[in-house]
Amino acid sequence: MGRAVAQARAGLSSRTGWSAAALLPLAFLALFFAWPVLAIVSLGLREGGVLSALADSDTWELVCFTLGQALASTVVAVLAGMPLAFVLARCRIRGLGLVRAAVMVPFVLPTVVVGLAFRTFWPDGGVLPIVLANAFFNVAVVARTVGGLWAHTDRRAEDAARALGASRPRAFLSVVLPALAPAIGSAAAVVFLFCATSFGVVLVLGGSRYRTLETEIYLRTVELFDLSGAAALSLLQFAAVLAVLVLGALARRRRETALALRDREELARRPTGGEWYVVLAAFAVVVALLTPVVGLVTRSLSTRDGWSLAGYVALNTRGDRGTLAVTGVDAAVNSLRTAFDATLVALVVGVFSAVVLVGLRRSGARFAEVLDTALMLPLGVSAVTVGFGYLITMDALPGDFRTSPMLVPLAQALVVTPLIVRMVLPVLRAVDERLRQAAATLGASPARVWREVDLPLVGRSLVAAAGFGYVVALGEFGATSFLARPDAPTLPVVIARLMSRPGELNSQMAYAACVLLMVVTVGCVLLIERLRVPSSGEF
Amino acid sequence: MALELDSITVRYGRTTAVSDVSLSVADGEVVALLGPSGCGKSTLLRTVAGLEKPTSGSVRWDATDLAGVPVHRREFGLVFQDGQLFPHRTVAGNVAFGLRMKKVERETRDKRVLSLLELVGLEGYADRRVTQLSGGEQQRVALARALAPSPRLVLLDEPLSALDRALREQLAVDLARLLREAATTALVVTHDHDEAFTLADRVAIMSRGRIVQVGPPAEVWSSPVDVETAKFLGCNKFVPGSFVGLDVERVGLRATALRVDSDGLIEGTVVERVHRRDHVRLLVAIDGEEYEAVGPMAEVGDRVRLEIDLDGVARIG
Repeated sequence: MGRAVAQARAGLSSRTGWSAAALLPLAFLALFFAWPVLAIVSLGLREGGVLSALADSDTWELVCFTLGQALASTVVAVLAGMPLAFVLARCRIRGLGLVRAAVMVPFVLPTVVVGLAFRTFWPDGGVLPIVLANAFFNVAVVARTVGGLWAHTDRRAEDAARALGASRPRAFLSVVLPALAPAIGSAAAVVFLFCATSFGVVLVLGGSRYRTLETEIYLRTVELFDLSGAAALSLLQFAAVLAVLVLGALARRRRETALALRDREELARRPTGGEWYVVLAAFAVVVALLTPVVGLVTRSLSTRDGWSLAGYVALNTRGDRGTLAVTGVDAAVNSLRTAFDATLVALVVGVFSAVVLVGLRRSGARFAEVLDTALMLPLGVSAVTVGFGYLITMDALPGDFRTSPMLVPLAQALVVTPLIVRMVLPVLRAVDERLRQAAATLGASPARVWREVDLPLVGRSLVAAAGFGYVVALGEFGATSFLARPDAPTLPVVIARLMSRPGELNSQMAYAACVLLMVVTVGCVLLIERLRVPSSGEF
Repeated sequence: MALELDSITVRYGRTTAVSDVSLSVADGEVVALLGPSGCGKSTLLRTVAGLEKPTSGSVRWDATDLAGVPVHRREFGLVFQDGQLFPHRTVAGNVAFGLRMKKVERETRDKRVLSLLELVGLEGYADRRVTQLSGGEQQRVALARALAPSPRLVLLDEPLSALDRALREQLAVDLARLLREAATTALVVTHDHDEAFTLADRVAIMSRGRIVQVGPPAEVWSSPVDVETAKFLGCNKFVPGSFVGLDVERVGLRATALRVDSDGLIEGTVVERVHRRDHVRLLVAIDGEEYEAVGPMAEVGDRVRLEIDLDGVARIG
């Protein structure tokens, strides 16, 4: 009897082991995410006034505007992303590489850069540029998520519908669209999330007239010191984000189970007939995506007195009348270094989490869903809240963490980790479990199996995830703007500061810094594209 | 006894996949676990490999309990139905994997890899990518990979099922020769009785999680333990032993049990006729019952005499 119990326990041991391993990423989240956020919220709650903030009609106006602009942005992003998804998934035409890069670049551009790019067309900002800029970012999410599924959905279902007498649009509406629905739903949920918490864009384009929850939290904490108000808004935002995340998880789960997938190669072909209109629409979107980028470059080179490199030259200075504590070049170097540290931390945590998630799912632990959702949370919680939370909690850690040079990288890593998990996880899941078992029967220990089987197979997507994470860290603005010390700012922080000060040289320098940041970002993206990683990464 | 399974039970929640199975495999012996799909034979194999934990019972090797020995320390080779070769390694890289895990030095390793490739008939394939191989070649590489580190026991999980028929028959013969030559102790899981009888010294028939019969292939083939087993082994008609002149209660007849022969003692009428590749299959009515029979040309409606071929008769019990 005792023996039977011992063996029953042994059967559970792998589940227990994975659950124990899951505690590490959860501890990371608890320390560098939950604690700071809860500290801010409880600080707000203690001061009272949460109720009054919730009762205030201004608050609800703010909520309506936040959700409204996010909804509008999501609709625009989905509409613009669909033709791109079709072209990426189904068409064999020239210039596909260009399309892919043009789609990817906006997603990783720093928010401040995008804000400024749209300001070159709408100098006074407004609702339209906010919606367009948010959509501009997220077209990539739609195109890649939907395109990834579309590329592997069997074309023959569509052919069957056509053979049964459905017109092409009818076949699309009744067969293709329902098959893509989970991906569209999941992409829309993520886009909505990004748009609802978008900070840099709204700050740059909305000014003091158009405010969302995120910018309001920032304004209340930094400028009005209204902590209880900010905490109330954080709570509201958190509730909304959690709801959207749960919906997204549901959509993802359906997508994983329900589809007969095929290789892209046998499905892609030259477009025919009416499909060319879709291709045309896709290229129109590409042009629209490139316009702000071109506008930004042009603006950085033109001054009141005609073309000039003054902004670029000024990067070597501290700006007009010493606006900055360091030179632009120093900030750029600091940016690169900080993003490197952040990527390293995020890679370690992200890859470890992905491995644990795969292990948990395999051993059938319910816990997997919890960890999966928990890992996504930092994407949706106000980066501003996190940043501010760091300031009031991190001094409790040994050696006054507030002044540690690791503070900013850690905050950035928090934003990057979910992206890395989402990119590595599908690849890891796709590795046949029996391949690992074969290695084990040949004498490889679990660690050795990981090194000999998993690592080589996910290698390329790992490099891509690292590159991707690097550019996101490079552009991170919300938390960094809070935490970066004046003597060690990153480029996005410098750009925001330059824009907030008068002087043509300052804005010229800001635009030049934007271009610099953009060049680094585009370089990274092109490198990732060269790796030709399967485009089915989930966001 | 090299491998001993002692009343193994494997449960997943409420379902019992393997129920109180005991079996032993002697040194150098090849035993086949034969049964229909879903009978628990693969689960039993995975339990031996250490990939599943038994709910109760024990797996022993040379009288040592393996409960605390993880998969990678058992030194049991495993061949999957579909190879599961490492796609990022060459043929040689795959075969050398287990040797590298054992820290065999390079020179010995290379030699061993070459000799194994020769053994499985793939000389000159060392530097090929495994993704370029045909199904049969992949299975050969998988076998070479499993044999390379000289495992104490080789476990084969439906090793030939993913291949097409002609190749399967050829490879089964090759595999039987390979296992004998290397004097390998092996446990083979299969649902194909031809394959089991070609490969194994002893066959264990599994049904619904239990082993119902163990014995040499000829014995299992000629005396299945019950009707269900007999059906699985190709019998489709069950009659009293007296029908074929045997002193047993019941016998099972396979399609080849009755043969048209002018000296035969049984008389019947041809009801239906089907041409097969190398013979004609007849359906013959005898005293109102229909029986299958093999024969030369005969027309529907003909009266024919039938002879009994005892090779096609199985005694039940």
